[in-house]
Amino acid sequence: MSELLILPIILPMAAGAVAVFVRKNPGQSHMLALAGAGLHTVAAGLLLHQVHLSGIFATQIGNWPAPFGITLVADRLSAVMVMLTAVINLAVTAYSRTDIGVELVRRGHYCLLQILVAGICGAFLTGDMFNLYVWFEVMLMASFGLLVLGQSRSQLDGGVKYVIINLVATLLFITGIGLLYGLTGTLNMADLSEKIPLIADRGMKTALASLFLAAFGIKAALFPLFFWLPAAYHTPPVSVSAIFSGLLTKVGIYALIRLFTLVFAGDLAWMIYLLPVLAALTMITGVLGAAAQNEFRRILSFHIISQVGYMVLGLSLQTRLALAGTIFYLVHHIIVKANLFLISGVIKQLQGSFELAQLGGIYRNNGWIAALFFIPAFSLAGFPPLSGFWAKMILIRASLDVHQYWLAFVAAVVGLLTVYSMTKIWAEVFWKPSPRENVAADPLPVGHPTAWMLAPVAALTTLTIVIGLGAEVVFQFAIQAAEELIHPAQYIQAVLGDRL
Amino acid sequence: MQTLCAVLVGIMAAASIYLMLERNLIRFIFGLVLAGNAVNLLLFTVGRLASQRPPLIPEQAAQLPAPFANALPQALILTAIVIGFALLSFVFVLFYRAYQALGTVDTELMQVAESDADQHSPQTQPMDGGPV
Repeated sequence: MSELLILPIILPMAAGAVAVFVRKNPGQSHMLALAGAGLHTVAAGLLLHQVHLSGIFATQIGNWPAPFGITLVADRLSAVMVMLTAVINLAVTAYSRTDIGVELVRRGHYCLLQILVAGICGAFLTGDMFNLYVWFEVMLMASFGLLVLGQSRSQLDGGVKYVIINLVATLLFITGIGLLYGLTGTLNMADLSEKIPLIADRGMKTALASLFLAAFGIKAALFPLFFWLPAAYHTPPVSVSAIFSGLLTKVGIYALIRLFTLVFAGDLAWMIYLLPVLAALTMITGVLGAAAQNEFRRILSFHIISQVGYMVLGLSLQTRLALAGTIFYLVHHIIVKANLFLISGVIKQLQGSFELAQLGGIYRNNGWIAALFFIPAFSLAGFPPLSGFWAKMILIRASLDVHQYWLAFVAAVVGLLTVYSMTKIWAEVFWKPSPRENVAADPLPVGHPTAWMLAPVAALTTLTIVIGLGAEVVFQFAIQAAEELIHPAQYIQAVLGDRL
Repeated sequence: MQTLCAVLVGIMAAASIYLMLERNLIRFIFGLVLAGNAVNLLLFTVGRLASQRPPLIPEQAAQLPAPFANALPQALILTAIVIGFALLSFVFVLFYRAYQALGTVDTELMQVAESDADQHSPQTQPMDGGPV
């Protein structure tokens, strides 16, 4: 069984290593990456199946008993995150056939992409704080590379900001780890969960929780630490933007969930008051920022921020239903957001721009592409019966249950403002007559989206509809996952064994 | 000794934050190097600086006698140094390329990515030979 925990990390690592050798041949590179992504999806599927059947399971690397060695552990949350990573990786890899130029492949695009996926899966599966740091670094280095591989002016500019803020986050993280070890003598998350309540020094615990909150808050693009995201996410090729937007901030969210449901579970102190406020401010600033933008991908980037607010909202309430809402939101958001970025690339392919002012007439000329956009966009905005509606409804219901009426109000209003943004894109890009139709003689510097682009978009859109219609199944899964988070005893037992 | 190290870490951290708040990227790099070293020193101090003796268990005893330094933080530092070195080399190259492309090291003047003008590099030819 332990192979299942290692495969989702080893497979992309191996594919990345082989990709170095075939990078001079773009066709081979793509096939290799596609095969790697396919195998990875199978491995992730098996892991999810196993965890769903038999509950949390762990393995100790090199047979060093926990808490001394490195533990890999999968509960339902980890397993579903790995599964989503695999799905997005597969979609993005297929899409990149058209999107990624020959030159970028020669520079090692697919190596970096595979290493990125390995880093993300490692972060989801590890049960050790320092190992989490190492996976964060793997992920960061790969993302730095992917971001600036094209070496255009805007990429270098966005890259500098992205790198600077992420390095600061890394330093905060490692400082926190050092102090945590000094305080407790362990870095195993399950062990920490038991040891931290025994520490009497409340000030030190609060300081540590704040350090980690700031470090993961930067990664997750929480208010007020999100400015790097809209500066960088629209600069790389579309398929890279898509995998970044789907997965990278979510690793930050995942780390926050682990931190506040496991490591600091017994001792949240003032975080209980701080987190809801941060969540609300993140939602509001994100959606208002999006309203002011006129570039397709920059609108979507700002919406990542407001959506991150929803996920932290669920975490901040600390009830079973709220955490289930966060997990449902993660599933919904990763698929929809990556898909919307991919669609922005399809439209760029059709009309040669991301600027709303230069686009138009897609509904009239390519009605089915309009349908492919319509479903994820209005799922994001929360229209029933699409996936986003259920995700938002669970979170609002959870806020009402604990009498946080203002949070429910903010969540609902931000949902409405999201509709505004999506309507803006719909009206400008799809309904408005194409600005080019007036100049009939203008030779269009554009092409047609290939099957490589459309197949992943169609698949992800179908997945959104399936999640929306089969919401009950996903919800039951999310409730079970939330149950594991609320009562970490099971997790601790899986990691540390039956020594109680 | 521990107190001295703690104060030193504090001074280094303060100086590095001051440097990192600068708009000049060169100063930011100096701040980053200093901050990385401050954090490594912190990790080192956390593992106790109590003894200069090698961590060997005497023949009759079952465990190390009392004042000994914890070896784990030292292993963590080694990992952190290696990772930090890789990051630093990348940052140097990135900043140099940014300076070449943008003609400045002042972050305030780096507004290309967020300007309204559509700034996209000409893409290279896609793999399947189709139009871009």
